[in-house]
Amino acid sequence: MNNNIVIAAIGAILLSLPFVGVDSYPLHLIIVILIWSFAYTGWSIMGRFGLVSLGHGAFMAIGGYVTALLWNNVGLTPWIGIPIAMALSGVVAVIIGYPCFRFRIVGHYFALVTLALSEVVRQVIIATRDTTGGSLGYTPERHGEGWSILAIQSDDRVAFYYIALAVWAVGIVIWKAVDRSMARYALEAIWEDEDASAAVGVRVTHEKLKVTVLSAVMTAFAGAMYCQYQMFISPDTIGGVGISLQIVFAVVVGGIYNALGPTVGAVITLLLAEVLRIGIGTENICITDKICLNAAGVPLLIYGVMLVMFIIFLPKGIVGGVLDRWRGPAQTGPSKQP
Amino acid sequence: MAEFTDALFSIFFVETLINGLLLGGVLALLSLGLNLVFGVVDVVWICYAEIIMLGMYTIYFLHVDAGIPVIIAAGCGIAVTTILGLLVHRIVIHYLLDAAPINQLLATGGLLFFLQGSAMVAFGIEFRNLGVSLGSLIVSEDIYLSWTRILCFVLAAGSVGVLYVFLSRSYLGAAIRAISQDREIMPLMGVDTKKLYLLTSAIGGALAGLAAALLALQYDVHPFIGLSFGPITFMICVMGGLGNMVGGFLAAFIFSELITIGGYFADLEWGYVLAFVVFIATMFVRPEGLFARKS
Amino acid sequence: MLTLSQVNAGYGDFQALFDVSLDVRSGEAVAVIGPNGAGKSTLMRVISGMIPAFGGSITMQDVSVLDTPAHQIVGMGIAHVPENRRLFARMTVEDNLRMGCFSPQFRDRYTERLEFVYQLFPRMRERRDQMAGTMSGGEQQMCAIGRALMSDPKILIMDEPSAGLAPVIVQQVFELIERIRGEGLTVLIVEQNVKQVLKVVDRAYILEAGTIRMEGTATELLESADIQKAFMGM
Ligand SMILES: Nc1ncnc2c1ncn2[C@@H]1O[C@H](COP(=O)(O)OP(=O)(O)OP(=O)(O)O)[C@@H](O)[C@H]1O
Ligand SMILES: [Mg+2]
Repeated sequence: MNNNIVIAAIGAILLSLPFVGVDSYPLHLIIVILIWSFAYTGWSIMGRFGLVSLGHGAFMAIGGYVTALLWNNVGLTPWIGIPIAMALSGVVAVIIGYPCFRFRIVGHYFALVTLALSEVVRQVIIATRDTTGGSLGYTPERHGEGWSILAIQSDDRVAFYYIALAVWAVGIVIWKAVDRSMARYALEAIWEDEDASAAVGVRVTHEKLKVTVLSAVMTAFAGAMYCQYQMFISPDTIGGVGISLQIVFAVVVGGIYNALGPTVGAVITLLLAEVLRIGIGTENICITDKICLNAAGVPLLIYGVMLVMFIIFLPKGIVGGVLDRWRGPAQTGPSKQP
Repeated sequence: MAEFTDALFSIFFVETLINGLLLGGVLALLSLGLNLVFGVVDVVWICYAEIIMLGMYTIYFLHVDAGIPVIIAAGCGIAVTTILGLLVHRIVIHYLLDAAPINQLLATGGLLFFLQGSAMVAFGIEFRNLGVSLGSLIVSEDIYLSWTRILCFVLAAGSVGVLYVFLSRSYLGAAIRAISQDREIMPLMGVDTKKLYLLTSAIGGALAGLAAALLALQYDVHPFIGLSFGPITFMICVMGGLGNMVGGFLAAFIFSELITIGGYFADLEWGYVLAFVVFIATMFVRPEGLFARKS
Repeated sequence: MLTLSQVNAGYGDFQALFDVSLDVRSGEAVAVIGPNGAGKSTLMRVISGMIPAFGGSITMQDVSVLDTPAHQIVGMGIAHVPENRRLFARMTVEDNLRMGCFSPQFRDRYTERLEFVYQLFPRMRERRDQMAGTMSGGEQQMCAIGRALMSDPKILIMDEPSAGLAPVIVQQVFELIERIRGEGLTVLIVEQNVKQVLKVVDRAYILEAGTIRMEGTATELLESADIQKAFMGM
């Protein structure tokens, strides 16, 4: 009951945000955070069961590029384009996932196979530069001024804010639904001991595949949303190894075993990057006339240090760590060592 | 079809095959140290390519800015990467030895960002070229082979040979093979596991330095160069069977031929796509790697 | 030769040994027997440094074992044949034996020790190039004991060398232990085959729930009604 009040209050605050005088720039940040949160939530739906994919950059890119390419070249509205992109990314997930699960490719082998997938998609985008613009990026064509429902485009941030908010909320609901489903127990059992689970009748491949496809489809949707909002995509902003790692890390920072973990991860990592970018700037700071420091690298540097610290000291992420503290220091993370 | 057969028997195709072979030498050298660490410490250094990147910078600055001869600069580069290898182990992996493999992988992923960020802060984002070329071997009017690549090939083959002898003949080599199978009982054999891990990490780092020296002769260095050859390096190690030096060596040539042949018939990117797809497919057929012994 | 007094040990927060005191004199063979989970393997591990002790003292010929780094304990003359053999399965028999000789102070006697082990186990010489993991259980046990003997130890500690072997092979293992004793080695052995082990050792300790319950000569214990009831099903 108490919980419901909190949820209602947070909901009310989030809904009224555009009316309490939040500027365009913070609103932009919030929208970006919401979209990424959705992608991260999508990743954690499978990641929490030990299925660490480094291939989600591929799904994100499929979502963005397929939607935009269909719109620009065929004139197909994103209303149809997005579902097609999602379906395609689901198919790719099956093509990669089925053999992986069938042949028991787990742990870091799974991570490396999916990493190869990220690279395949990135290289295909670059190789087909005549249509996709290659590494220079790609822009969906504008459909008139202002709002276009047909093209799901808008230069009104408030409208997009509500869309992003709804999408994010749906992501949390899906996470919760998986958390409460029977599939969760099956997947946890599989993670614990695949052979034993198979022996007691858990359909290992089937269960893993379901959650992988769900996760891939959600991530593709996030990619499409990102494209519709930013109106620009490139292999490095929504695909490739870099983005795949970014997705994993944000979730690790936030907390993988909690519905709000990925969101917290998104808030922290994206805000941090933004604060550092503005705070330190991207100038060259010259100490002597020969030695100059490029401040643009600082966020990356701090981000890296943070991740290492998190994995060593707080492997359950911020949300997990705080909750442990809250509920008493009984059992802390599995990888806590002297 | 005639066009295809023509292309196949053209002199340029032969050159492509030879270049593939030579690229294989580069890739083999790249994957060697990673494979060693992978096999022994059982940890994937996702940041391996970034260590190479810092080695390349060391060589670049010592040679171009300080005017130190390239050979000595390369030696210093190797020293730097050796120390980096030690640090990666001592500062990060050491604390994660009992953690889930995936956490170890992610922690070195954090290091990847850290090293990239540091390079960007310290050296900016310009592309820097060592400006040293060993020239080409002119085989015939149409076929030029880069001396650097030939050197890479020779060094890679040589290093694999030395490593093979070291691993199979020496006490330390035997311990390195043993520790990857059963870490817990190593003290019973009189082995100091901590020292052995450090030694392995140092050798891994030194091999990264060797790769850096040869890459610096061929490619511009910039903070993100690691992303362009890091992933392929992991895949070679996995395809060859983790920790299997000889398997990794052969896998490097499979990859390089796929890339260059793909590049010959279409774009280089399609070559990469072909290589990665073949990699994924082999994983399904032989998850322990192409050259793993059946157990 | 080897003396433990008031040793406490365990894993993390879990204590498995409580104030265990025991001693093994030079040339003696001593058995530790007890039910599953009593802490027998823990006792072996703490002696050879695989796990640290919480407290107490262990000395080997008046030198403190607990103050010696784990990897130097083998150099003091203590060789441990671990539970379940723990061979390096993907290495050859000879490479496994070589690992037993890893410490630099043993290396110049490698050929001599190898010859000794091959003489003790001619079967190992036949199998020298075979992967250790592909041998039969009995052969693997020989290899594990051989590996421990490579360092020419003063005391050999063995953790259930007969576990998982067919009765005929178990018989061979016990014969082997007698032969090793014949070489003048001191032996500390953990066994489930109580009746048989009491025939080859001089004395034994009964370990139960982490504490020493009883101690006596082999003949005393063989005749003890309690022991017969508890361990020999009589
Ligand atoms: N690595 C470990 N971590 C935590 N607890 C352990 C560990 N190894 C053993 N234990 C616990 O310590 C206690 C003693 O175990 P130990 O292996 O010494 O028994 P044992 O007498 O050798 O039994 P067995 O005859 O089955 O080999 C047991 O309760 C066991 O669960
Ligand atoms: Mg035991």
